[in-house]
Amino acid sequence: MQTLERAEIQRVGAEFGDALIKVKAFRDNLFLCVDKARLRDVAMFLRDDPEFEYTQFSDCTCCDYSKWEHERDLPQRFEVIYNLYSIRNASRIFLKVGVDDGETTPSLIPVFIGAEYSEREVWDLFGVVFEGHPALKRFLLPDDWVGFPLRKEVPLGGEDVDFAHGDRGPAVEDLSMPHAGESFEGKTGSEDVSGR
Amino acid sequence: MSDPQTFMPSTETLFERVGDNTMIVNMGPQHPSTHGVLRIILELEGETIVNLECVIGYLHTGMEKEAEYQQYLKCVTMTDRMDYLAANSNNLAHALSIEQLLDIEIPPRGQALRVLLTELSRIASHCVWLGTHALDLGAMTPFFWIFREREKILDMFEMFSGVRMMPSWIVPGGLRGDMPEGFEEKLRAFIKEFPAALGECEDLLVDNPIWKERTMNVGTISGDLCMNLGLSGPIIRASGVAWDLRKSNPYSGYENYDFAIPVGHHGDVYDRFIVRLAEMRESLKIIEQVIDGLPEGSWSSSDRKVVPPPRAELDNSMESLIHHFKLWTEGYHPPVGESYVGIEGPKGEIGWYIVSDGSNRPYRWHVRPPSLVNLQALKHMCMGRMIADVVAIIGSIDIVLGEIDR
Repeated sequence: MQTLERAEIQRVGAEFGDALIKVKAFRDNLFLCVDKARLRDVAMFLRDDPEFEYTQFSDCTCCDYSKWEHERDLPQRFEVIYNLYSIRNASRIFLKVGVDDGETTPSLIPVFIGAEYSEREVWDLFGVVFEGHPALKRFLLPDDWVGFPLRKEVPLGGEDVDFAHGDRGPAVEDLSMPHAGESFEGKTGSEDVSGR
Repeated sequence: MSDPQTFMPSTETLFERVGDNTMIVNMGPQHPSTHGVLRIILELEGETIVNLECVIGYLHTGMEKEAEYQQYLKCVTMTDRMDYLAANSNNLAHALSIEQLLDIEIPPRGQALRVLLTELSRIASHCVWLGTHALDLGAMTPFFWIFREREKILDMFEMFSGVRMMPSWIVPGGLRGDMPEGFEEKLRAFIKEFPAALGECEDLLVDNPIWKERTMNVGTISGDLCMNLGLSGPIIRASGVAWDLRKSNPYSGYENYDFAIPVGHHGDVYDRFIVRLAEMRESLKIIEQVIDGLPEGSWSSSDRKVVPPPRAELDNSMESLIHHFKLWTEGYHPPVGESYVGIEGPKGEIGWYIVSDGSNRPYRWHVRPPSLVNLQALKHMCMGRMIADVVAIIGSIDIVLGEIDR
């Protein structure tokens, strides 16, 4: 494990104590794993402190660690990662919170209004619920989509495709069947698609 | 949520307080001025916009999921197809992030050529922006004139890689190949001709009273709001924040080049227009410095675990043959960890967040798309403006839907 000499570690540690669960440095990046109950406070502290001024909200994303086999930063299934930037110091910091299935995490919109689209995208693709987010609606996916595709239990290929009238079949065109008014009965259904 | 019918937002039910004196107007996704397949639902009071919502996802192809299924090198071609107007910037951001995971350094010639390609990409992207932005507001001529110049850049990309818009030439570990024969003459001719060609377009617009009427004090946004929204690139600079990742966190040797950051004052459509025009000239300055001081040597890393050996080596080196075979079948295994590198793309900060679990495929592969974050500004810029201003404002944000939807 590398160590980075950054004032943020001491200051956040002194200010929030146990809420700072872990400090991780990898290559040039600094990750602060924080208790999600204090996430807004930590973000506000980093934003308003005259020494840091992390005023630029850069990104929010998520990672599903349910198939991870190595050491973890946080015990929960999902890690939501906020990426903040300080224009004054030209430095970047990452805040991580752990969220389990069925739990919620506070939305960062009260601190950075720019979190709206990124958090909505995370909800759309992972199903992580952000408390206080005004519009957790489908964003990139169609409005009638069921499920959250970036979760690890969703297979990477060979998925069945939903056709009209509830029929399901593999995503391969059957040239022996007519196109108009087609019926997909007799298809192989949920059998594995070769090569995947 | 389980019943899709109740979950479908329609233009009629999207806003709660519809009915009193307001009207809902749908714009897009097939509207020519939305620069792709952006759909905007506007709530109007007379002709004034009182609410606005963007509907995206029409181009969503699940690239972030797809990447988890691909080896690292095979992800490169997907990066081109996000911001297809500036594919080299995407390639570079992606390559830098993987190189951060692998902890490898690129030789100076490779870095210089990367800067050359990304700056050419920036000019090409700004050319498309200028042409379409002017076209949206009714000026036809700049579109043809500036696309003629962009064509020359695409020709140069074709010389490099054989592909005009999606070169995939910048890969983790360096480049796929060196600068081709005859490229330098073509580039020098371009450097000589481009300022005059850009000047012609500028003459049509910069002091044009109609253009000024349509763009000045339209879509104003303050620097503080820009930061809070996470905006980056020319938008934030037009609002007076002199922040450019090429200066603040230099990568690929940008600290060696002399260039200025154009900054605006009012943060309106006109300032963003001026900032981008000035940026094209600054990019040209960088390109000239790169080609004048192009270092000799290799253009890619000598780490044979990441970069394949030259073809000639395969004939007389068993080890090279093994490396070649392993690289093209299995790929490479970055160490366990996570990386993020943000670079200054033509539209703003573009960066890749990559989580590696030590296998030859990314565990998580996420792009921070500048267009998606910048699109959030649309609502703040359009409130209280007329419907015709929406077209001017979208043009000035410079979005690419391939990147927003991915």
